[in-house]
Formats: sequence, C-alpha cells, structure tokens
Amino acid sequence: MAARGAPARRGSAVIFEDEPVPGYPLPILPGHTSPGRFERVLRAGQFAVTSELAPPDSADPEDVYRRARIFDGHVDAINATDGSGANCHMSSLAVCALLTRVGYAPVMQISCRDRNRIAIQGDILGGAAMGVCNLLCLTGDGVQAGDHPQALPVFDLDSLTLLETARTLRDEHRFLSGRKITYAPRVLLGAAENPFAQPVAWRAERLAKKVAAGAQFVQTQFCYDVPLLRSFMQRVEDLGLLERVFILVGVGPLRSAKAAEWIRTHVPGVHIPDEVVKRLAGAADPALEGRRQCIDLVQEIRTIRGVHGVHLMAYRQEETVAEIIERSGVLNGRVPWYPGRDPQANANRMAS
Amino acid sequence: MYALRQWSVRHARGMNAFYQGFETLLVRLHPLFKRIGYQRLERPVAAVERGVKGLLFDCRMCGQCILSSTGMSCPMNCPKNLRNGPCGGVRANGHCEVRPEMRCVWVAAVAGSERIPGGRAALREVQVAMDRRLQGKSSWLRVVRQRVGEVP
Repeated sequence: MAARGAPARRGSAVIFEDEPVPGYPLPILPGHTSPGRFERVLRAGQFAVTSELAPPDSADPEDVYRRARIFDGHVDAINATDGSGANCHMSSLAVCALLTRVGYAPVMQISCRDRNRIAIQGDILGGAAMGVCNLLCLTGDGVQAGDHPQALPVFDLDSLTLLETARTLRDEHRFLSGRKITYAPRVLLGAAENPFAQPVAWRAERLAKKVAAGAQFVQTQFCYDVPLLRSFMQRVEDLGLLERVFILVGVGPLRSAKAAEWIRTHVPGVHIPDEVVKRLAGAADPALEGRRQCIDLVQEIRTIRGVHGVHLMAYRQEETVAEIIERSGVLNGRVPWYPGRDPQANANRMAS
Repeated sequence: MYALRQWSVRHARGMNAFYQGFETLLVRLHPLFKRIGYQRLERPVAAVERGVKGLLFDCRMCGQCILSSTGMSCPMNCPKNLRNGPCGGVRANGHCEVRPEMRCVWVAAVAGSERIPGGRAALREVQVAMDRRLQGKSSWLRVVRQRVGEVP
C-alpha cells in the first residue's frame, strides 16, 4: 500500500492531475466545454472507448449499477440509451443520475421521438444539474419498431435542431424561446451517424451539418464494412471535419450467423456484408469467431486517420466488452477510471 | 400521390424554375394582397396551395415550405418529419425504415437537389426547428410577407 500522501499508483498512462470523486465536480480545463472525464480523454488524444448500457425494465437502482460494473476499467464513458428500438425501459436521465452519483461518466442519449422541445430542454438542464457531462442527440427509432406501436411519435425536433437547442442552452445561456437561464449546462455535445445507410454518398455531408449544428463528438452505427468506413472517413477529411469532431466508430460482436442475419434484416440501418455472415456460419464456435472478428475490426479501425475511439455495443453480451477491449490492446495499458479504482487517491482528496 | 411525387422530384429543375418565377409574381402582387387583406386571403390561398402542392408533392401544409432546399422532395412525408437529412435507418434499397414501401424522402431529396442549380448547397443549410403554429397556413403568403419585410 502506498504511503500516506504519496501519489497513488494508477494505470501506466497517467493523464490527469486529478480524477473525480463522486460528488466533487472536476474543474473545466481551458478549451473544454464540460468538466467531464470523457472530454478530457478525447482532448488528451487518447483512444477512447465507450459502451452502451441497456436500461433495465425495473425500478431497482442496483440493476443499473450491476450493468455498469461490467465495464469497470475498460470504458471511458457509458451511453444510457433512451428507449432504444422504441422499447420502453428506465429513462436515460434517471440512469445517468444514478451513474453520476457514484462517479461514472455517462453519455445521456436524447431521442426526439418521445418528448417535445419543452420537455427536452428541461431534461438537459436536469441532467447537467445531476452531473451529466455528455449528451448524444438522436432522432430516435420510429415507434413501429418497438413494443408500443400504438404510441404517438412526437418528433417535434430532429437531431440537428436538438443539437442546436443544446448548444443554445450551453453557449447562449437561453432557451429556444429566448428566455435567459442563469447557469448554463456544461456539456459535450454528440451526435450519431450511419456511414453505411443510404444515401451513402451524402452521409459525410450530413455529418458536416451536425458539426455545424454543434456536434463535438460522433458515435457511428455498427461497422462491419471497413472499406465503406474508409471512404466515408476520406470524405469527412475532404470536408475539413477531422479537426472539428471526435469520431468513435460503433462496433459489436456477432453471436452467430443466425443472429447476424436477424440483425441485418430487423434492426434498421445495420449493414452486415455477406462475407461476415459466411465466416460466422463456417466457424466451429461462432460466438468466439464473432468476438475475434470484433477484435480484428477494432484493431483495423484504430489505424484509420481521424478515428478517436470505438463505441462498443454488445447488447445482451455486455460481459464480452472487457475481453474485446483487453485483447485488442487499444487502451495501451490505460485503465479508465471507475468507482474504487484508486481508493487511496480518493481518501487523500477527501481528507484534503 | 406517391407516383406524382416521384415524378416531381425527377423534374426538380423545372419545378424549381417555375416556382422561382411564381414567387416573383406573388411578391409583385403584394400591394394587391395588402388591399384585399392577408387575413381574408389566408383561407382561399391555403386551399389552392393545398390542392396544387398536395397533388405534386404530397404536401402536408406545414406552412414553412422548404421544397427548394430539399430537391423538391417534401420532408414532411418523412414519418419522423426530418427536415435536415435522413435518419440512420434508411434501408439498403433506399426505402424508409418506418414505411418500407416508400422511397426515403431524403434519398429522393439528394437526387432531386442535384438537378437544381445550387441544390447541393441548399441541402447543407441547417433548417431551424419548426413553428408548429403555422401548420395548415399558406406558405406562399408567408413567403411574400417575408420577402417584403412584413414578417420576420
């Protein structure tokens, strides 16, 4: 155990002066828009890893914490989905509030499907007040995709106007109505992009619009087609966006050829080439092969210029995230902060 | 009508040229409109607009028309009302996630915008959040009043 007062040993790559203690906000560094650890990792030029927590169908906070702990030491931020696939779950705002209580860095996903601009602006203020430092502005899946197809699809805003709304709150300290707010939300703004959906040729332009509307980071849809990603990234570079936005590419392990087939026919916007499905079908252990493919993808994707990280989505197989990140070596020995990573440092800070 | 809507996108260039001329004419008629009164004109003009644009574009009378910026493909036909580009759910065949039998209005918009001079640049403009109070109102009359500086 380290002597009292001596700097605590951390992961081999120490980047920050200090790390969060739950309840103690970090200072905002120069040039940053949020006090969040995720923004610090990105701006420090580290390869960032994010993952996705599927909010529980439950009102038990422990269900949220159990799902978050799976990622401990392997991810820099955890996305809390907002009724993804138009299915009803615990709200992303509540999941984020639970996560920030113990110091996790959540990415609060906001979809335009269920709430109008009055509710959304209120949620942004509320989330920021509870320590949320990252927002992901989404359009949202259509209600037909989920378990309540009878519901009213709201779509008062779209992802672009949602980004603009969040930026107005943060930078102009006012609501869309013009009414002043006294303390602006200090947040990093994110957007989603799908380089693999039609119209493919226009996807980079769409990203440019999102950047113009305020997006500072982007998480993409699942990537299983690297050549297509490369041509997208080339176009992104041609549009001069590489210096203006942090791009995290979406990846995820496929469990079997059957699962891949189901995903590409039923999940909107997921493109899986035939070769990928064939390789899975021919494998003795398809799940292992799926993880291996995912590791290969992560390693290949990280070499593409302008890619700042991966967003690892492993729905219902979250336990594979640690293995994939570990074996891909993308963290370079870095151990992202998690509650209890460095108890000695926490004790020192709280005492000081 | 779906087929006619697709036809309009294929003829985006002509449609846009015609509309530009029509808008100039409308602006010239502003003194007359003012004499009659915009209030009084609202209902009949909106009815004509609904008929014409409904036929050609499946217009939904959002009251804040941006057809010239979307390659003559009406974005209000998007089940998510997206006015700034396609969502991430567009199918491999370019059809809609929500209504698989319909071509994505944004796939059409990108194609249509290439036929309009300056169309690609217009597509890049970020459209502001909609004013839902304008639903059902005439966009033509509003454009005239905007052009002459009567309304913002």
